Amino acid sequence: MPTFIKRILALVVAVVVLVALNAYMSRGGLFGFGVPYYYVEIINLTGISIILAVSLNLITGFTGQFSIGHAGFMAVGAYSSVFLTVYYSESAEQWLTGIVGATLAQSLVFLVVILFGALVAAVAGLVVGIPSLRLRGDYLAIVTLGFAEIIRIIILNIDAVGGATGFRGRVPPWDGRLLIPAYANFIWIGGFAIITIVVVHNIVKSDIGRALISIREDELAAEAMGVNTTRYKVLAFVISSAFAGIAGALFGHFRQFLHTNDFQFIRSIEIIIMIVLGGMGSIAGSVLGAIVITILPETLRKLPGDLYSYRLVIYSALLILIMLTRPQGVMGAREFGLSWLKRAQKRPEGDKPIDEKGVPIAQQTTVEKPKEI
Amino acid sequence: MDTFVQQLINGLNIGAIYALIALGYTMVYGILRLINFAHGDVYMVGAFAGYYIALNLGLSAGPSLFGLFIVLVGSMMIAAIVGMVIERFAYRPVRKYSRMTTLIMAIGVSLLIENLFVARIGAAPRAFPDFLGSQSQQPIQLFGNAAISKAQIIIFMVSIALMLVLQYIVFKTKVGTAMRAVSFNLNSAKLMGINTDAIISLTFAIGSALAAAAGVLTAQYNPNIDPLMGILTGLKAFVAAVLGGIGNIPGAVLGGLLIGAAETLVVGYGAHVGIASTYRDAVAFAILILVLLLRPSGLLGSTVQEKV
Repeated sequence: MPTFIKRILALVVAVVVLVALNAYMSRGGLFGFGVPYYYVEIINLTGISIILAVSLNLITGFTGQFSIGHAGFMAVGAYSSVFLTVYYSESAEQWLTGIVGATLAQSLVFLVVILFGALVAAVAGLVVGIPSLRLRGDYLAIVTLGFAEIIRIIILNIDAVGGATGFRGRVPPWDGRLLIPAYANFIWIGGFAIITIVVVHNIVKSDIGRALISIREDELAAEAMGVNTTRYKVLAFVISSAFAGIAGALFGHFRQFLHTNDFQFIRSIEIIIMIVLGGMGSIAGSVLGAIVITILPETLRKLPGDLYSYRLVIYSALLILIMLTRPQGVMGAREFGLSWLKRAQKRPEGDKPIDEKGVPIAQQTTVEKPKEI
Repeated sequence: MDTFVQQLINGLNIGAIYALIALGYTMVYGILRLINFAHGDVYMVGAFAGYYIALNLGLSAGPSLFGLFIVLVGSMMIAAIVGMVIERFAYRPVRKYSRMTTLIMAIGVSLLIENLFVARIGAAPRAFPDFLGSQSQQPIQLFGNAAISKAQIIIFMVSIALMLVLQYIVFKTKVGTAMRAVSFNLNSAKLMGINTDAIISLTFAIGSALAAAAGVLTAQYNPNIDPLMGILTGLKAFVAAVLGGIGNIPGAVLGGLLIGAAETLVVGYGAHVGIASTYRDAVAFAILILVLLLRPSGLLGSTVQEKV
């Protein structure tokens, strides 16, 4: 089968599955079957987490630049897109409805809104990235953390987006929508999660990805080989921020309420936990981590009686336990795909995954750096 | 002018607290290259240890310096044990793994302590006993309208005393020499016969004790203590440590004082230059970013040449 047809087929399958799942999760249900709204919310939040984790993995897992400011870019995307929706989308939607009909008009407006959120977050990523990516390791981490906190506090001080009371809709004296419209549903969230995975996967497999991984493995050597490290680091940072912005935009239009408390330092930490848990440098691992970390606290709510109040204690204890027993994450640097099933038979060296030349991947990617002397 | 002096006194007071916490961050980072995210929570544990000691010994009855001394020493000892336990059971097993793993471990420990406290005693703030009677007593007038309260004087005195003790331990004792050797190069120190595990454990104990002292002293200034009080204070103290040059002990003190003063001055004077006092919490980070961009190793840190 030619690749082109394969891709079209994959696209059709993805769209059909998304639409069917969305109908299944809607109020009416699919063929009379439905899920309670509580689960719908968790599933959608999981989708948003996947976007965040996979995009952070591009900069932290593949490029090796430790960023603890992802929630800041998510906040930028969320607030800028919701700002656009609340204050400017109504007239645009009415104008478009006259031309293409209500549903399509709404979708088009939302698409523009999401892309606006992504653009603003990307610009924020550029502004933060250019100066801070000169720094390395922990210093970079702490500067990204600082920028994220500053972004949050600046948003907290903008009256048009509600400030400390949160952003639910228009803020008098400004005129706009009373409430944030519920644009986002599972088709959008799931669709963008798939787009994120595909885009990051393709970047990693491209020559850009090789440059990024070379920076992770040894920045000095990469530079000596002619890789423009600054350019690639900033590029990865900007792409990563843009996807965080998309996740924020979806989050805002799904929750229909924004508060800066949702974008605190702990949120960035949560995203890092996802990728570390799943395995840094593995997209499949990030997806897995995002699912586990989003669902686990909710599952622990079901604990009986006394244990219920200890759910967050159990959550953090589990995190410590996982770090003690499997510090490289569940997936390590491995990926999960259809090729897993095929490859399993022709592996020469036990269960170690290999590349095309038969060299174990584990040996290529997990180079232990000698301790600084 | 009076208000400026007043703001400076208040700022340096908060700064002294930040400095005490920053010392723990900087010492641990200097030895293990680990951002000990749980350190802010040890500060919280210290405050609560003090609270329960006072409660159980019935010291909350009246203001007394002796009571404060007992509470201070008791909470420092408890926090030192907590710090050593954290190091032994959480950090030591993952020390050989990547920096990211140890960092996540630190975050996990931090979340565990916070959630454990919230689950056990609830998130509502408790009132720490006022040993100095600072709420009822008149502050001592300096010149003009500037004043300094008894609590502030005690905070200054205790922090300076603790810093001097630390300075003595690190630079004049055998243990301190070993600590400096370990922070210089862990493996070589081991080869020279230094029991590095014991030294690392001791470093955590000292850092945690200083944080606990900061917790008790803060509670004399602002008596509301709650299980999440360590998050933001801990972050700012860490920023202070980085600002002064992480791994550098005088740098941590300098960074703490600078951040405390800058914060208070922004609250006091920011309105004149168009910075609302709500930006108070952003100040520390803004200063940090500026300093790191201009002088990446911090104010007093030395630049380390990268080896190939």
